[in-house]
Amino acid sequence: MGMTMTQKILADHAGLPEVKAGQLINARLDMVLANDITGPVSIKEFDKAGFDGVFDKSKISLVMDHFVPNKDIKSAEQCKTCRTFAKRFGIDHFYDAGEMGIEHALLPEKGIVASGEAIIGADSHTCTYGALGAFSTGVGSTDLCAGMASGMAWFKVPSALRFELTGKMPPFVSGKDVILHIIGMIGVDGALYKSMEFCGDGISNLSMDDRLTICNMAIEAGAKNGIFPVDDITREYMKGRVDRPYKEYSADPDAEYEKTYTIDLSTLRPTVSFPHLPENTRTIDEAKGVKIDQVVIGSCTNGRISDMRAAAEILKGRHKAAGIRVIVIPATQSIYKQCIHEGLIDIFIDAGCVVSTPTCGPCLGGYMGILADGEKCVSTTNRNFVGRMGAVTSEVYLASPQVAAASAVTGEITSPEDL
Amino acid sequence: MEEARGRVHKYGDNIDTDVIIPARYLNSSDPAELAAHCMVDIDPEFAGRVQQGDIIVGGENFGCGSSREHAPIAIKASGVSCVIAATFARIFYRNAINIGLPILESPEASRAIADGDEVEVDFQSGTIRDITTGEEFRAHPFPEFIRRIIDAGGLLASLREEA
Ligand code: SF4
Repeated sequence: MGMTMTQKILADHAGLPEVKAGQLINARLDMVLANDITGPVSIKEFDKAGFDGVFDKSKISLVMDHFVPNKDIKSAEQCKTCRTFAKRFGIDHFYDAGEMGIEHALLPEKGIVASGEAIIGADSHTCTYGALGAFSTGVGSTDLCAGMASGMAWFKVPSALRFELTGKMPPFVSGKDVILHIIGMIGVDGALYKSMEFCGDGISNLSMDDRLTICNMAIEAGAKNGIFPVDDITREYMKGRVDRPYKEYSADPDAEYEKTYTIDLSTLRPTVSFPHLPENTRTIDEAKGVKIDQVVIGSCTNGRISDMRAAAEILKGRHKAAGIRVIVIPATQSIYKQCIHEGLIDIFIDAGCVVSTPTCGPCLGGYMGILADGEKCVSTTNRNFVGRMGAVTSEVYLASPQVAAASAVTGEITSPEDL
Repeated sequence: MEEARGRVHKYGDNIDTDVIIPARYLNSSDPAELAAHCMVDIDPEFAGRVQQGDIIVGGENFGCGSSREHAPIAIKASGVSCVIAATFARIFYRNAINIGLPILESPEASRAIADGDEVEVDFQSGTIRDITTGEEFRAHPFPEFIRRIIDAGGLLASLREEA
């Protein structure tokens, strides 16, 4: 029996010729990631367990992104714990205020993750790097601690769902709409414990940013990982970023999938997830008209340069609606700089937006845009759970940067086609 | 870890990590402090009501959302002896095992057990007994590798044993 792409990567990393769904394996890791929230928990465990070294100082990333620049004394202490640990073991990839970006935008951008690698991160959206053809999944702090010490992690080999993408996305439809559509179709536990493997000729029409956005939200369908095949777009993206040899894997022709879904990209509409679950999707045609108080454009889902450009294209020469707040957060320092070079920051500020240095901030209701009682927000982030961005009675509507920017102009959920 | 017994706090499907422990409290990883805010966004009285040994029963996809280990830590530090659900989100599942919070999957128990019931769990056999109603359910006992982790006292302890 053939193996899926995910299974082949796992087999190789476990030193086995073959693995099967359900099998328990111990796999070698190429990268282990934590942030300023999950890192301190792992470090505390690390010290308590009495480990005296890390497995490989070049294969650990510590990214200070959730509450950075620090929002309060406790957050500052958490970063301090990570900073001290990074210094003690000479961790290569430690990113503090000034160099940091949102981890899942930063690691691909800097070539820290590459095709064929096995990566764990103490952050659920670690599944993002599947866009590069890597096996990448979120774990908790204890797994992370064990990973930092041993370079290994246990896995139950996942079965897989196959998503065959055909055709080309129409204007104003992006990777965000593809993944929201899929989550709406299969539900927040539709891929529980499983891999989501993407294939089909429609993939060649998806940019790396689209793929990163799609894999980013695989966890929102409960998946263990999402993964794209490696093609010229992948190789082009990694050129100049990844300076070590990497391996390309592909699924066997006779690999077994629990189910195959075929999605014609040309039929998709801009899509919005209504509160309080990402699966509550509606097309823009059924979503229009909801009055909003705030718009957030950014995050590990949609804070990349193409997202900034898409938002700026709509906001150019326009102004946000009276009485609402619009917060734009480029996901990394280099995206931030690129926005300055291209004049996008001018467009945002002229349109009445707040522009911030990279941070997770509002995405998880941390700071920088907390919602008050009953307020509604259109956000390009990935979760709209109860209280996710602030007050328990506030509401988050998930959408693409285009829809978010168009809604910022009118003050209600709006299709960019209607401006 | 042989058995658990306590009163049930029952919740529905898709109980996510943001309601188990909202991000606004994640600037601390102190178990007692996390326990003080456990379930606050869905059940503000939980922290005041929960007793040592109590059991949480959830529906489908319990623990979905973020990878924060703070969620099972908050539940464990609240005194909860076991979480029973129809299904668990996978990261929550591994986190719970790795920190030593016993969890059992049983769609039947998840459906039948009511809020406030007195429930007893035998981890060896995977038996869940609803003392209030007299009903009995069977969950899959832990697979071998998980037992090894739990017997060693958690993932890190098991790692040190191997080293
Ligand atoms: S941007 Fe949001 S979802 Fe992404 S890593 Fe930060 S908090 Fe998590």
